[in-house]
Amino acid sequence: MIPILIFIFVLAVFLGFELISKVPSQLHTPLMSGSNAISGITIVGAIVAAGAAHGSVATALGFLAVMFATINVVGGYLVTDRMLAMFRKKKK
Amino acid sequence: MEWFYIIAASLFVVGLKMLSSPETARHGNLVSAVGMLLAIVATLQGRMSFSWIMAGFLIGSAAGAISAYRVKMTAMPEMVALFNGFGGLASLLVGWAEYHMHRTPPTFTTASIYLAVLIGGVTFTGSVLAFAKLSELVPGKPVLFRGQQVINALLLAGAVWFGVLFTIAPEAHYTILIFGVIISLVLGILSVLPIGGADMPVVICLLNSYSGLAAAAAGFVLANDMMIVAGSLVGASGIILCQIMCKAMNRSMAHVLFSGFGSAASAPAEAGTKGEVKSISPQDAYFALEAARSVVIVPGYGMAVAQAQHVVKELADHLEANGTEVKYAIHPVAGRMPGHMNVLLAEADVSYDQLVEMDTINPAMPTMDVAIVIGANDVVNPAAREDKSSPIYGMPIINVDRAHTAFVLKRSMAPGFAGVENPLFFNENTRMIFGDAKQTLQAIVTEFKAT
Repeated sequence: MIPILIFIFVLAVFLGFELISKVPSQLHTPLMSGSNAISGITIVGAIVAAGAAHGSVATALGFLAVMFATINVVGGYLVTDRMLAMFRKKKK
Repeated sequence: MEWFYIIAASLFVVGLKMLSSPETARHGNLVSAVGMLLAIVATLQGRMSFSWIMAGFLIGSAAGAISAYRVKMTAMPEMVALFNGFGGLASLLVGWAEYHMHRTPPTFTTASIYLAVLIGGVTFTGSVLAFAKLSELVPGKPVLFRGQQVINALLLAGAVWFGVLFTIAPEAHYTILIFGVIISLVLGILSVLPIGGADMPVVICLLNSYSGLAAAAAGFVLANDMMIVAGSLVGASGIILCQIMCKAMNRSMAHVLFSGFGSAASAPAEAGTKGEVKSISPQDAYFALEAARSVVIVPGYGMAVAQAQHVVKELADHLEANGTEVKYAIHPVAGRMPGHMNVLLAEADVSYDQLVEMDTINPAMPTMDVAIVIGANDVVNPAAREDKSSPIYGMPIINVDRAHTAFVLKRSMAPGFAGVENPLFFNENTRMIFGDAKQTLQAIVTEFKAT
């Protein structure tokens, strides 16, 4: 299992390099905030912890994690959308 | 559940891919958001209790949505930094909670827990400090003190040492994890302290990368491949942006992170300045612009501070109505985050095909009648090209000094972030227009309206 996880990690890093190196500089900010929202994927782990019913400390940690990860996800996607909505080509 | 995760991971990849073109970017963001929703829904299945999950969703969504809609475009760098910090904090908490629930995880999981906590903590405090610096809650200047690098090195060594101890015998070492948390939080602050102003874009990219790596580490903890994929995509994208920023400043990542550029360390240039400064009024500027056939606008952080993007667009509209060709030249590190100027000009409804990159505009610069520099300084400093003794020598710049005339809108003669004298201001064909950029531009626009 462990080698496979590391294998996936390495491949995904290379995939990330390939994907991002083609983004034009004008889109760097939305790219950053958009990828930032993706890093909120840690919410998956947060949900697992908050929903495990494994004692109050774990639930509290999980609850806080869900809350902060949700701010990251919701805020990140919305703010990116707000920016991208402004990027348009003016009709001449 | 596995299928949902595979689809979610694919949607993240497709979404990022679509972000690479202005036409598809907005849909790309939506695609990636759908992926996130799928991942969340899939994870909700099989949980024992939901009340705290829902409470976290509610509070987090409200806080996230309100700040996302309220934030001004000029304040975007600090907003992104703050969101990023919360992502890091979440990863720290996930690692901690996992350890709390299973005190004797396998070695690999233990090491991952420690990494998630460490990277998450650095991301959190580092981002919060970046947020505070960018929003000027604390001074944005680099803070350097004696022995800083030694302390950082010791902390890092301590973090590694505790990591080894923790990984070897996790069940006996709850306190060590707490030490790890504390060290990571301190390390985050100390690593952003020596970085200021114009170096912020690099730091924000790096923190962005960290938050992805922290999420990937959390993925290792849970043996969840979808989290690993998503986290490492973000980690890779942050690193790439970092490299682009460093290249645009002709500096290495190590130099940005450890040197505290622009602090007292950089010696002031020789006091004796060459040539005299010629300053003109907005009215004079109007006459020159009215006669110009081609104008290139070079915005910098000063445009963001003065919130001048809308009046810039208004001026450009008048110029275009007058038959002048208008372009915007954007330096990669103008502003406080990558692409900062592009966002502001997009907000002012400037068409993105008018924005040109440094390498495109420079060869055409000698044919430009007027270059208007708005709140930019170091990125147009010819010393970077000519003066080998200059601290910014070698940094690629926008060659406004090669245009027929360069107008520089500036509050005073104060040097820029790097604390370097700018020979551009003393140039034969440079005209300074002192004052608040927004008011100056407004005055020129008023002249256009009068005719």
